[in-house]
This record gives sequence, structure tokens and C-alpha cells, in this order.
Amino acid sequence: MATANATSSSAGRLLGSLRLPIGIVAFLGISLTVLGIDQFVNALTLGAIYALVALGYTMVYGIIELINFAHGDVFMVGSFVAMFISSSLLGNEGAITNVPLLAGSVLVLFALTIGVMAIVGALIERLAYRPLRRAPRLAPLITAIGVSFILQNVIQFFFGPTIVTVPQLVPIEWSIQVSGARVPLLNLFVIAASVALMFALQLFISRTRTGRAMRTTSMDRDASSLMGVDINRTIMITFLIGSGLAGAAGVVHGLYYGNTSFNLGFQSGLKAFTAAVLGGIGNTAGAALGGFLIAFIEVGASAFGYGRWGGAVVFSLLVIFLVFRPTGLLGSHSGDRA
Amino acid sequence: MSRIVDAVNAPFAPVRAYFRKHRSFGIFVGVVLLSVALPLLTRVPPFDGIQSTNAWVNAFTTAAIYAMLAMGLNVVIGFAGLLDLGYAAFFALGGYTYALAASPFSGIHLPFWPMLLAGGIVGAIFGVLLGAPTLRLRGDYLAIVTLGFGEIVPITLMNADKFTDGVNGIGGIDKPNIPGILQFTLINPWPMYGLVVVLFTLIMIMIYRLEDSRLGRTWDAIREDELAAESSGVNTVIAKLQAFAVGASIAGIVGVVNAAKITIVTPDQFRFAVSISALAAVVLGGMGNTIGVATGAFIIYLFQSILLKQLNTLVENFNIPILNQIDFLEFQYVLYGIVLVLMMLKRPQGIFPARRRMREFAPLKIGKGGLK
Repeated sequence: MATANATSSSAGRLLGSLRLPIGIVAFLGISLTVLGIDQFVNALTLGAIYALVALGYTMVYGIIELINFAHGDVFMVGSFVAMFISSSLLGNEGAITNVPLLAGSVLVLFALTIGVMAIVGALIERLAYRPLRRAPRLAPLITAIGVSFILQNVIQFFFGPTIVTVPQLVPIEWSIQVSGARVPLLNLFVIAASVALMFALQLFISRTRTGRAMRTTSMDRDASSLMGVDINRTIMITFLIGSGLAGAAGVVHGLYYGNTSFNLGFQSGLKAFTAAVLGGIGNTAGAALGGFLIAFIEVGASAFGYGRWGGAVVFSLLVIFLVFRPTGLLGSHSGDRA
Repeated sequence: MSRIVDAVNAPFAPVRAYFRKHRSFGIFVGVVLLSVALPLLTRVPPFDGIQSTNAWVNAFTTAAIYAMLAMGLNVVIGFAGLLDLGYAAFFALGGYTYALAASPFSGIHLPFWPMLLAGGIVGAIFGVLLGAPTLRLRGDYLAIVTLGFGEIVPITLMNADKFTDGVNGIGGIDKPNIPGILQFTLINPWPMYGLVVVLFTLIMIMIYRLEDSRLGRTWDAIREDELAAESSGVNTVIAKLQAFAVGASIAGIVGVVNAAKITIVTPDQFRFAVSISALAAVVLGGMGNTIGVATGAFIIYLFQSILLKQLNTLVENFNIPILNQIDFLEFQYVLYGIVLVLMMLKRPQGIFPARRRMREFAPLKIGKGGLK
């Protein structure tokens, strides 16, 4: 619903809410001075990953009002698919110093993982959610929880319950100096890639025919069906895109952290969902904003020595926001439901 | 065919009529019969070959604890229609209440029996505390809030190590005793079995009586149509809070029993998977049907702890190459997942649907008299 809100009237929105960019700039400035440049870049990187995952939550919620509980695990599966493609198919073991080769490998890795995950996501939608489209609202949510458990176990079955290493293709030594601090190129690459994907998504939703179909479907499914929108196809495309982005987040996670594990999806999924709620669920720009916010809160907590409490803080924030401001920071169309 | 069934049933008709009239007594008789029959059954092949009777009784005790948990969750989900994904948190709070009141860690040794009540009260208090601000939320948002709460509680228990000894948890928890008569031990599973049977009976009777009470009908109304219920003068917030409190206090009481049974509580015992296992039992048994839900819990528990374990030993004995590397016990989680997905897709009313739900899910019959 709010995908439309966020994009169709983006011009009016921009004028109406100049306080938002000012707020963001102020927030970034304060964070930068409080955290220092190292932690600041870390938070931005983590935020990029959360934002990519949060987009999938928010898009699906926007269009079928389902909290796709399995989305965090789709991200987790994405990180494993990326690991498998990178180490087994492309035969990578570690950093690649040859720039054209590196660029090629990373590009192939992104393309393949996004493709595979898009198909996985669409399959889940087709098999688990579509039959329940007219069922009571809690039914697909319960199914989604089931799917989440199944995904975790399938991965655990194939890759074991331990942490698995992922080849870090971009050499970690590569870095640039920013006012005395060493900023790894890897972080910049992660941020740039994520932001590029987010912009691509915004363009897709606001400029293409399919994007318009997605927006109308989220506004009024029956009416858009009467206007000739193929609802099933549109919803499936939403899942394709959301899961593809989660796949991209999986690639990025592997490149950045160099490892993954089968239970990655639950916690980070819940955090990404919090991000989506924070930004106003159903609102794609909000999801991105929320992702960065969550990351800053988490990194800030650990910078001050409360890292163990990071999760508790984030979940408390989730509870508080759902209770007191269910429309999130940027507002969402679905607020009336809560 | 039905004539034969009727003929067989005929002599029992007065008995059935009697128990329909005196349901609480019926539940009592049923549970007592079952609790005697189950241990006897384990002396008969093939069950006697699997494990000793004591081990079986221990397993039944755990299964009954799990079943009580599921029945409590069923009050929230099945009766009031609120999806609670953080139910394990109340279970944890009950367990930690008893652990703090009766263990070497805190140095206090309060008797077990009043703590049973205290666990229920602590559960109810936290249920109300969580419910009061959140119950305005509808459906899936409430689910996520409870899920967040369910995560916050173990994280807090883990990190507040001054009070809870963090990851290690609290061990050496006192066993219950009846002074001068009976001391519960870890070796002898029978006293705990008896305790759980009594508690199980009481909780089941209480839930059935609640279901038929004014409050139970209020929950029905809210679940079916909240707006209509509200318009008819039902205070939905209070009724929902009561559902939360009842569910949470059952989890608290069961948490106390569980802590006393295994004599240790750790934050890891109360993770998300526990909430989901209870949810799987509710969904499998049939939301809203107390006996069905308890049966669902027994099925899931026995399946995961007996059958999967058997599968492990079987594969080990036959030394099948790839398969013996697999720990089938890990598949209990995928079991929950499969139960949830398949039930929701194929049989959302559960294997033992509540009578009301059965009618709900049945296709509309359009006869001569129009829509019935």
C-alpha cells in the first residue's frame, strides 16, 4: 500500500517533509562524531544489509499484508547459495587481487545468487502462501513460520550446524584513508552495491508497468484485478524481487563477514523486520531508512559496551513502535490495521 | 455399518450421558485411567524393548508438561484467537521464579507447593503487563510483539548474570516434597508423574469450565468478530487480557513444575523453538479443542523424543553409510515446520477439530430451505 505512498507522490512528499532529510543529516552527523569514523562505516555497512532484507519484508507486507516470517531465512539461504556458488562453482578460496577478475566474479556471484533466490522465493509463494490467499489472516503467518523452520533445517542438513566460511573476494587490505582513519574498500563496495540496488528498486516500482501494477495491487487488489492487472503474476513478481534482494544481501553478508550459519536468518530477519516497522511497514524508502537506523543502534550499543543487549534493545524498539507508532517513522498506509 | 456401531455403543449410552452431564468428573476418570494405562502399556512389546518403564514414565511426564503448555497456549490462540509467539517467555518466568526461590544459587529454599501458585501469579502479572499495551494491536502485529517479548526474556535472563547466572542458568533446584511422607528424587520418576497427572487434570477441568463460562463465550465472540462483540457490549480489551493472563499463568505454573522436574533452568531452554513447538501442538491438535491439543502435544512429543531417537539407534545398528552421520533428533524442528505448513494448507481445523470449528470449515449446505 505504502509503496505507492512513498513513490507516486514523491515530489509532494519531498516538499512536505523536508524535515526528514534534515533529520537524517543531523542524525548522521551526530552518529559520526559519537561513534568515530570506523564504527560509522561499520554501521553503514550493516545498515545496508538490513535495509536490503527489510525491503523484502516491506514489499510483501505492502502487497498482501503478510508478515513473511520466512524472509529472514530466505536471506540466510541466500548467503549459503552465495557461498556455494563462490567456493564450489567459481572455485574461489579467498581474495582476488586481479581487478577485472574480481569484478567479473562478484558480478557473476550477484547475478546467480539473486536469480536462484528469486526463484526460491517465488516457489515459496506459489506452494505455501498462494493457496491461503483467501484464508483467515493468521493462517499464512503460521505457514510462514513453518517455512522458516523448514528452510533452516534443510540448510542445517546440507551444511551442518556450525559456522561455515565464505570466501571474501574483495581483499580486506584495500582501503582508503579518510581523515586519519582507514576505511576498507570492502565496506564502501557493500554500501555502494546496496544503495544501487535500492535505487534500482525505486525506479522499477515508480517507472515500469509492473511497478505500477504492484502499487495498484497493494492499494486495492480487487479493483486492480478489474482493471486488468494479473494479481497472481504481480504478487509473484513481488516475491521474486524481494527474495532476489535478500539473495543480494546474502552475497553481501558473505563478502563482508566471511562466514554464515544456518541460524543467521532468525535474528537478523527479526531485526530487518524491525527496520521495516520502524520505517513504516509497506513503505520501501522507510524500510531502507529503518535498516540503517537499526544498524546504528546496534553498533552504538556495542561501541558503548552493551553489545550483548543490542538484540534486546532492538526488539524493545520493535515492541514500542508497534504499540505506540505502528505507522512507523515515515508513515504507512496500513496503519489503520494496527 | 453405522448400525453395528450403534449396537456396540448402545450399552455405553447411559455412561456417556452421565459423563456429558458431569464432565469434570469425566475428565478426572479419563485422565486417571489413561495415567494407569500408559505405564502398563510400556510393559508390553514392542514398547518394553525401547526403554525401561521408568524412562517411559519420565517421558510421559515431560509429554504431559508439554501438553499442559499447549493447552494453556490454546486458551490464547484457540479460544481468544490471539496468536502468541512468545509463549515460552512465561514458561521461562515460572521456571526462574521457582529457581530463584528454591536453589543454592539464591540461598533461599522455599517449599515447592506455594511456589506453584507463585509461578502462576508471576506468569499472570507478566501476561497482563505485556498484554495491556499490546492487545490493541490486531492479529499479526500482536504475534510479532509477543515474538519480540519472547526473545527479550531469554536475552535478559542471559545477560542479567548477577541475578540469573547468565548462560549457565540456575542448577541444583530443590525437588518438591511432602514433609514426612514423600521426597521427590531424580531417580524415581513416579512422584513427579503423579504430580503432573493431578495438575494436568486440574488444568484441563479448569479450561473446560472456562470455555463454557461467560468468559469463554466472550472469547468466542471476539475470535469470530471483534467488532460485533464490541458493539454488543463486550469489553474486548479486558476479555483479551484475561485470556492472556490465564494462558500466561498456566505457562508459569508449568514452568515451576518443569524447573522442579529437571532441577536446572537455562536461558536456552526457552528459545523461540519452544513457543513454536507448543504452537505446532495446538495447530496439529486443532485450535480450540483442549483434548485435541493435548493429544497433539503427546503425538509431537512422543514422535520427536521416541521415534526419532529410535531412528537414530536403528540407523546406527544397521550402519547405513550416509545415514548414520545424521542425528535424526535435529529433525524435530523440521517436524514443527512441516506440521505447521501441512496443517495450514491441508487441514487448518486440526486433526481433532473443535466442534464449532468443524462447522465453520464445513462447506455451506444449500438445501431446499435456502442457506442453512
